[in-house]
Amino acid sequence: MLSELLTTDVLIGIVASGIRLATSYLYAAIGETFGQLSGVLNLGVDGIMLMGAFGAYYAVIKTDSLFLGVLTAVGIGLIMGLAMAYVSVTLQAEQGISGIGFYLFGLGMSDLLFRKLVGTPLPASTFPRLHIPLLSDMPILGEVFFRHSLMVYLAFLLVPISSYVINRTTFGLKVRAVGQNPEAGDTLGINVNRIRYTTVILGSVLAAVGGASLSIALLGIFQQNLTNGQGFIAVALVYFGAWRPAGVMGGALLYGLVAALVLAGNTTGIIPRSGADIAAMMPALLTILALVIATRQVHQPAALSKPYKRGE
Amino acid sequence: MPSLLKRLPLGAIVDVLMPVLAVLGALLVGALMLIALGANPVEAYGALLEGAFGSANAIAETAVKATPLLLVGLGICISFRANVINIGGEGQMVVGALFAVAVALAVPNLPPLLLLPAVLLVGFLAGGLWGGIPGVLKAYLNVNEILSTIMLNIVAVQGMNFLLRGAMIDPAEIEAGTRIPQTMRLSPAADLPVLVPDTRLHLGVIIALVLAVFVYIFLWRTTIGYRIRAVGHNPEASRYAGINVKQYTVLALVLSGAFAGLAGAILVFGSESHRMVTDGSATGFTGSAGFNGIVAALFGGLHPLTTIPASFLFGALLVGANKLQRAVQVPAALIGALNGLVVIFVVSTDLIRRRLTQRRALREPQPESETRPPQTESSHAK
Amino acid sequence: MKKNRSLIVVAGILVLALLVVGCAAPATPTEAPTEEPMAEPFRIAVVSPSAINDLAFSQSIYDAVTLIQEEMGGESAVEVAFSDNMFVVEDAAAAIRDYASEGYDLVIAHGSQYGGSLVEIAPEFTDTAFAWGTAGDTFTDQGVTNVYAYEAASDQGGYVMGVMGAALSESGVIGVVGPIEVGDAKLYVDGFTLGAAAQNPDVTVNVNYINSFSDVALASEAAQAQVNAGADVMTGTAQMVVGAIGVADENGVLWFGTQANQTSLAPDIVVASQVYHWEVVLRDIIANIQGGTLGGEAYAINLENGGEVIEFNPDFALPDDVKTLADDTIQGIIDGSITYELPTE
Repeated sequence: MLSELLTTDVLIGIVASGIRLATSYLYAAIGETFGQLSGVLNLGVDGIMLMGAFGAYYAVIKTDSLFLGVLTAVGIGLIMGLAMAYVSVTLQAEQGISGIGFYLFGLGMSDLLFRKLVGTPLPASTFPRLHIPLLSDMPILGEVFFRHSLMVYLAFLLVPISSYVINRTTFGLKVRAVGQNPEAGDTLGINVNRIRYTTVILGSVLAAVGGASLSIALLGIFQQNLTNGQGFIAVALVYFGAWRPAGVMGGALLYGLVAALVLAGNTTGIIPRSGADIAAMMPALLTILALVIATRQVHQPAALSKPYKRGE
Repeated sequence: MPSLLKRLPLGAIVDVLMPVLAVLGALLVGALMLIALGANPVEAYGALLEGAFGSANAIAETAVKATPLLLVGLGICISFRANVINIGGEGQMVVGALFAVAVALAVPNLPPLLLLPAVLLVGFLAGGLWGGIPGVLKAYLNVNEILSTIMLNIVAVQGMNFLLRGAMIDPAEIEAGTRIPQTMRLSPAADLPVLVPDTRLHLGVIIALVLAVFVYIFLWRTTIGYRIRAVGHNPEASRYAGINVKQYTVLALVLSGAFAGLAGAILVFGSESHRMVTDGSATGFTGSAGFNGIVAALFGGLHPLTTIPASFLFGALLVGANKLQRAVQVPAALIGALNGLVVIFVVSTDLIRRRLTQRRALREPQPESETRPPQTESSHAK
Repeated sequence: MKKNRSLIVVAGILVLALLVVGCAAPATPTEAPTEEPMAEPFRIAVVSPSAINDLAFSQSIYDAVTLIQEEMGGESAVEVAFSDNMFVVEDAAAAIRDYASEGYDLVIAHGSQYGGSLVEIAPEFTDTAFAWGTAGDTFTDQGVTNVYAYEAASDQGGYVMGVMGAALSESGVIGVVGPIEVGDAKLYVDGFTLGAAAQNPDVTVNVNYINSFSDVALASEAAQAQVNAGADVMTGTAQMVVGAIGVADENGVLWFGTQANQTSLAPDIVVASQVYHWEVVLRDIIANIQGGTLGGEAYAINLENGGEVIEFNPDFALPDDVKTLADDTIQGIIDGSITYELPTE
């Protein structure tokens, strides 16, 4: 039985599947990383993902344009990010609660709009799996890495891009400064609030695009609570990744790969049906375990979730 | 306007008024949404009030709904004041309930005076255990508690699925072939007694209220409580003062989990069906109380006594909103969105409240109130 | 700052006024006042755990009740109220209780997990009829007389589709994506597996319970895993299965649906769906209620009474012999010539 699982084909399938499952987590978690680095905790990621997912879905079933779908998600991310930033940064609300508020709102609103504007679910077109000449045709690696949709590639491209931005640009420096010591940053002439607005909005846009990656890339459908709590796991993954995009990617991949492994185990019967619940815990358990094993010094942004009050 | 407010000795009333106005603001936006859906906002909000407060039954429902929120909220007060963010209320409720139910299934024939306290105590301890795990992970292994608590929630719910469709399932279900993932009707000796006949107001409500007072006394009148707060306020200074920060971090999460576990047990033994049944969702049976309790505690300024009205008001919103849905037949999704709006609006008035408090403080020096939730601390080498 | 505050105060006063008016006005549920000497409308309330547009469990009761309303004369004859998404059992119990106290004639508790609460609520409202699904217990042994029960012999339709699936599969591998192995889902999958084996013992049926009713993404990758394992025919149950259907569509894998007609989701590959027509039993229940009996009988929808209907996708080119096979199987189950034993594990 175990031999069934260890065939090349199955393993290829598992890794490819894990990559696809990790995608939406990756978008949201990278986005949240920016926000947290600048000192803002956004627990509303899931709600924004849902709104983005619905917006993209709706645009696609109305216009059949995937581009418009992504654009709609970006727009929704902008609006919700602006609102979140206003509440968390300008109004200096408690970020934990404001996040939960946005989550509840996004969850309900996306479902409401879905109910009223769509009604009976319709399938939507999705981003096709790309065929890259040469790369896609490679025997094993091609099947694992190079037969995904654009949305998958974009998500993983975000990792080196955001790493570069955070570590090698002035903007990134300002973001980190603001998250570590906003007073010092302010003294140096950094507009703390503007940086935070930017990161929160950026995070929100990425979360919305992450939602779109579900509704118009992986699935081609929308449903009430489509994300099923992915946004919260994405927030957890930021801590897993120690606020480094590469680490966050590692966490997302771990989560996705274990889930895919479990699915393969269930399908081949290696995991007995009586053990389905224990198996379903594995992604979460192994994520904790991984962190326990890889225990290291972690310094989180000192100003995380503290609103900045100038001169107080 | 501002000068007038300053002169009124009712500055504290403004403190209370702001959230009320915020709620009204959110309801105004909600009214627009209701109109867009073809419902009458006046009728809708009338139903909301009726559902929450309109009869003895309604008030009982509100109180019963608020009880888990309050209990979880009390735990949050403790943990957040120790600067530990516990998002694991969901899982802790589940584990507490599971252990409590296991006791009731194991010794159903104990007399109520023994069984009821036993199940509640077990729920409390089991929740504490589940909270202790992220506590130990954080204190000794540097695993961030937001991550571990979110993950452990998932583990707990799947564990519950495993038990409720396996070892703990009602034998009648297997016989009938329906396989509903629920326990049998639990021993009546463990029923939370109803206090007001013809309502659902049960003992759990009183237990929660009494515990709120205990937690207040604990946090402000005992050494342990003082140390928990000290650790949250300034870990470095606490360490200098000889307080074992790690132990108190663990304790804070243990206590926080324990209150959530108790909430879970009370939810099961005070339920309509007196069974533990999973709804198959990601939250299992809690109805997000583990999550909403955080909101309640933060609204209550992390003070056990003000968490009481915060929980009741939030419970009223939840109960009333469901009645609203039934009365004007809008999709249930609207209720969720409305709840979200209320939370956002109320939390947004924080700043206004603080500015007003400051203006007062400029005139009369006031003790610094410790109502800020945890400044998530850096995990330095310990 | 000042402007903000004034705005809030004005808004607050406005809404306060609204609320006062609302309180003053009697807050009764919207009820169509009947002026004609006709009988008062028959009032049905439905409480269900998932969304009424889920193309699965809750959809089925929504469709049935709406159909009944139409049949009986529309909104003036039948008033219907829905509370869906009531997956939290305590909230559902409060809803059931509330509808009963508001004088609804029939309160349908469309969720197996509601039973434990229903048995406590029903005795308090002896003038109200309750219907509990999917279940078979009417609690008469506990002295309750106003609860009807209804369930679906979903294994029957499952069996038929298992037979069809095995007949249609060229690779000899069939994939199943399920939620948690409980209740109606388990019945369906068990029936399907038995039917496939009966048609062709050499066919492999891979069953994957993903342990969630709502994780659509996981369901889609579960389907992908099935496809990777060689499945060219698939089925599944519960609302998250829409994710699996999408993958089936992408890969040209045939799909069998249950609970609702899923053809619209993938018109190219959906072969047939076992559609629940609860109205078949609801009609009886309502007739009984109007005749004065408020409960005590358990119903099942099955192939025989037309409560379960295998609805074929007209746009799918089903080979004639398979169609005949299906019809024969349906007939065989109805007349008892085809029997099977569901696993007790």
